[in-house]
Amino acid sequence: MTRVFISGDMASVALGADAVAHAFAAAGCEVVRTGSWGLFSIEPLVEVETGDGRIGFGPVAPGDVAAVLDGSHASRLGDVAALPFFEGQQRFTFARVGIINPLSLDDYGTHGGWRGLDAARLLDPQAVVDAVQASGLRGRGGAGFPTGIKWQTVLSAVADEKFIVCNADEGDSGTFADRMLMEGDPFCLIEGMAIAGHAVGAGHGYIYIRSEYPFAINVMREAIRLSAARIAPFTLEVRVGAGAYVCGEETALLDSIEGKRGQVRAKPPLPAIKGLFGKPTVINNVLSLAAVPFILAHGPEAYAAIGFGRSRGTMPVQIAGNVKHGGLYEVGFGITLGELVNEIGGGTASGRPVRAVQVGGPLGAYLPPSQFHLPFDYETFTAAGALIGHAGITVFDDSVDMAHMARFAMEFCAIESCGKCTPCRIGSTRGVEVMDRIIAARDSVKSSVRAELIEALPFTSEKSGPSTRSGRMGEGYLNKALYSRAPARIDETLAAQTALLRDLADTMKYGSLCALGGFTPYPVLSALDHFPEDFGAPAPLSEAAE
Amino acid sequence: MIAAPIIETAVELAVAASAGERGALLPILHAVQEDLGYVPDVAVSMIAAALNLSRADVHGVVSFYHDFRRTPPARHVVKLCRAESCQARGGAQMERAAVERLGTAMGETRGDGHVALEAIYCLGLCAIGPSALVDDRPVARIDATVLDTIAREIAA
Repeated sequence: MTRVFISGDMASVALGADAVAHAFAAAGCEVVRTGSWGLFSIEPLVEVETGDGRIGFGPVAPGDVAAVLDGSHASRLGDVAALPFFEGQQRFTFARVGIINPLSLDDYGTHGGWRGLDAARLLDPQAVVDAVQASGLRGRGGAGFPTGIKWQTVLSAVADEKFIVCNADEGDSGTFADRMLMEGDPFCLIEGMAIAGHAVGAGHGYIYIRSEYPFAINVMREAIRLSAARIAPFTLEVRVGAGAYVCGEETALLDSIEGKRGQVRAKPPLPAIKGLFGKPTVINNVLSLAAVPFILAHGPEAYAAIGFGRSRGTMPVQIAGNVKHGGLYEVGFGITLGELVNEIGGGTASGRPVRAVQVGGPLGAYLPPSQFHLPFDYETFTAAGALIGHAGITVFDDSVDMAHMARFAMEFCAIESCGKCTPCRIGSTRGVEVMDRIIAARDSVKSSVRAELIEALPFTSEKSGPSTRSGRMGEGYLNKALYSRAPARIDETLAAQTALLRDLADTMKYGSLCALGGFTPYPVLSALDHFPEDFGAPAPLSEAAE
Repeated sequence: MIAAPIIETAVELAVAASAGERGALLPILHAVQEDLGYVPDVAVSMIAAALNLSRADVHGVVSFYHDFRRTPPARHVVKLCRAESCQARGGAQMERAAVERLGTAMGETRGDGHVALEAIYCLGLCAIGPSALVDDRPVARIDATVLDTIAREIAA
């Protein structure tokens, strides 16, 4: 009987992998469902086991069974690992994803699984923490905080009970690495959490998965059941989110596990000191915890040998949006944005020029192609006014309206704000209103064929109409409060509204309690700075020259 | 509307299934909604009593999370992704087309209660958008043809 391997990953299923799997089963094949290799332009992918190894075909439709089995199918790919998309990768964390049956303990064991946990359990907790520190691993959720320091804080804390919490609330658009790892190699995450439990003295762990990931929830629950004896006395359970983006913020996530509204807590105290149920808690992203088994199995030096500057190891980069070869690309830090988008991603799916990429999800900056020389590195991105975040890259072609995307960033923040702090709760709604006025003013300027006036606009703000800040209706707090927002008093010129937008972004950035309100200005201001022509202002010279 | 004894049974089962768990409110609400399709107001009182919380506490949680419904759901639910990666692939256009094809506004249930169109923010299918969950089944690369298939499946 021929063995074929077909991905059961949610993305593959969305592209029709279930129907393909049924067709091969009906033809008498033994079908093994795996995770996805991570290149979606070849999904649904079928790999046929032969004497020469696994031969890939993709994309495959249910009617292609005979052609695939006799090897004549036009989309024959050969050895999948040898494809250009995979050849250049350095798969530390995703080494097994796409290859093994995610729920087979045998597969996991024969592909190097549990070696990290076995090694860790022969060491003192302090030695395990030291190894993680030496690896240079930094939090893969977005903040880039050194994982070893976090673990050290929890190890040093004295308490009757400690917890390991895995943040699998991967809500950023353009990211799917957590989902793919949980669906494709769940024991790797479990092993990482068990190592963390040994390292800091925690007996129980929670994996908080968003409800939008039903496949990952099922796979993780089954994997926890299957591996319970292997990780004992450490125990694990899955908690399911309920559609709140802000629960990806670590303190909101802890409140959500405690059964409360997912509202952000003020820090300090840090979760490492006073976290879940008031106990010292390690809270790490899926990718941080899943990187740990490799570090313990192969040594921290092997992990730290790869990377760029202070960003050590590999990053599973997710190439998404309007891109030809989108998918998961794990590689050492230091690769440039342009290589990822143009060479590996192959440019846009629509065939139009790339106009912008958003790196790091809804709270990440929009960057133009003139920034494509930036190497993937936490410090370099911060210096450029951007962030790596969870390393999702969303590609846009030249049909994108960046003012619309800036408005969407504010709208998303308004929908998802937990409501605890004012800059985020109110600021985001005011931000949508300001963007609406900017877009309206821009469009009226455009339509009235007075484009030459655009350059004069910055000078009109002082003269035209009453300003929101002047308080000319009368002095005093009450008068200001009563009249400052009266519609007649709003200066709706582009210059005034753009200045107001910057002012608002400043308030949100420095006044918000967490990254939701605090980072929403990144997409807004980067869109404004790099694409001013979409906001009714003249295009920057460097762009015009290109 | 669901009869009170049925709701009572659902709540009892959900509470029993989470017995001994700390912070059991979300798992209980998920279980009740899984069972009944929504979280009725009477269930809120029952859950509050079972967990020794105030009704306001439980109501606050139910109303905070987008997933929990307080009214019965439509027979079919189409959750269409509105996030950036799907927008980059023509999501906004597909949203307008879906509104027209399904005959209901975004975030609303059609008058006959047959189908609801809901916004969702990211399914992690970001390189193959626009994406949706159609009655919990993932669908990707949505274009006019796929939308038509979805609409016909739902109508059947």
